[in-house]
Amino acid sequence: METFIAIYIFMLAAFTGLEVISKVPAILHTPLMSGSNFIHGVVLVGAIIALGMAETNLEKTIGFFGVLLASGNAVGGYVVTERMLEMFKSKKDNE
Amino acid sequence: MSSLEIIIQSIYVIAAVLFIVGLKRMSSPTTARTGIVWAGIGMLMATIATFFYPGVENFALIAIAILLGTIIAGYTAKKVEMTEMPEMIALYNGMGGGAAAAIAAVELFKDHHLPVSVTTLALIGGIIGSISFTGSLIAFGKLQGMVKGTFRFKGQHQINLLLLLGTLVLSVLVVAGFDGNATLVIMVFVIALILGIAMTIPIGGGDMAVVISLYNALTGLAVGFEGYVLQNYAMIIAGTVVGAAGTLLTQLMAKAMNKTLISVLFPFGETTQASGDAVEGEMKPIEAGDAGIMMAFAQKVIIIPGYGMAVAQAQQKVWELSQLLIDRGVDVKFAIHPVAGRMPGHMNVLLAEAGVPYELIFDEDEINQEFKSCDVALVIGANDVVNPIARTDPSSEIYGMPILDADYASNVIVVKRGQGTGFSGIENVLFFLDNTRMLYGDGQAVAADLVNSIKEL
Repeated sequence: METFIAIYIFMLAAFTGLEVISKVPAILHTPLMSGSNFIHGVVLVGAIIALGMAETNLEKTIGFFGVLLASGNAVGGYVVTERMLEMFKSKKDNE
Repeated sequence: MSSLEIIIQSIYVIAAVLFIVGLKRMSSPTTARTGIVWAGIGMLMATIATFFYPGVENFALIAIAILLGTIIAGYTAKKVEMTEMPEMIALYNGMGGGAAAAIAAVELFKDHHLPVSVTTLALIGGIIGSISFTGSLIAFGKLQGMVKGTFRFKGQHQINLLLLLGTLVLSVLVVAGFDGNATLVIMVFVIALILGIAMTIPIGGGDMAVVISLYNALTGLAVGFEGYVLQNYAMIIAGTVVGAAGTLLTQLMAKAMNKTLISVLFPFGETTQASGDAVEGEMKPIEAGDAGIMMAFAQKVIIIPGYGMAVAQAQQKVWELSQLLIDRGVDVKFAIHPVAGRMPGHMNVLLAEAGVPYELIFDEDEINQEFKSCDVALVIGANDVVNPIARTDPSSEIYGMPILDADYASNVIVVKRGQGTGFSGIENVLFFLDNTRMLYGDGQAVAADLVNSIKEL
């Protein structure tokens, strides 16, 4: 049953993703790509769990790199997106 | 479920909501800035909650890894120039893919008997994550100029197909009960990592935006699959939303470039530069002083920026030039092609950074009819997006791509570093027209010369 619940979640999340993006102007393509890049940085949660439960040295080593890479994804993704979207502010405030 | 678990799961639910709302807000210019903040709060909440996840230990290791990752990524992301944003997205996206693959590896190495569905999704997610990891790194290297050229040879796609089959067959073996067999698992990942490199290397720099967007979607998918492995619904939802949204975004980008995803991923032939006949006529140079006078006494000037302007960091100078012209009563407008630069929206971001107001910036379909009434079209660092061959020559690779009709202007000034061709490798017919003058030099230096020549008037 768990599996079917997961399938429903996959399906609904996919439709949500399509819906959210459907009417986006071209100028936002790059920031939006960057923003969604940040959102899959949630892989950090999984990496922490994987490393947190790792037992052997091999598991710990791989898990360590997992957490390192994942936090890079999340932090880098956030800063880059924020900087890019900051540009949209300066325009308005200048007016 | 203990009360601690209920709290943690509730936080994941809230985080998932914040991700979706954040993404929704990011898809509209007026709310975009708050969108990333919403998503950021969700991420922070989910990360902190995970430290209290039952069974999680190795806190020192986790803290060091997060600290290192944060310092490296935070530093590079803050320091990097706006022009290099696309490759940074590729880099951070690759890291996410690598992390998803690492999660898969850790779970598969563990000596516990996972259900078939879990092993399968762990492997698929791991393969996708690995491809996204090395593929994104190659994309990063290409845009940085560290990986040069496109390596294409006959039978390349067949070899890539074999690699894909190889990793899939080995995966089937792992699922079929060889789990715990670390060698097999390692081989699956190694082949997938190689496949990521092999797939990306033949793709030209001009198509990198589409490729990065695709890998972004793939990483999302991999994260979603690993979320299933860990029974973590926040990961499943966030990963799948990004996977779907990223796929759509990839298609939108490919469409804006008049390409299909297939043609980007499977480039055929040794080189695609077969541009047909040489162009007749010759390029006619002009000095900055003359060009400055031409623009200063024009009624209407349309500026067409391209990636060359970004490389030369010329946007500030170009805006300074525009302000001088506006002060003299010239009607100045900026025309931006949907795919100018390395990514859609790239030029808008750069011009905004330099202080150019919204209302002077126009899309291709908004401004194209205005070129006929325009005295000077100043092309700075753009090439393929103003090549009239896209209208006239069905044999050309870019035939059918919507272009900016700069050639309809009374005079065209092209600022260009050298006489080479654009990203597509196609000769630009525009440069050889009678009403076109070439102004050679570095974009920023030329813009400064133009500013000076107008100031002296």
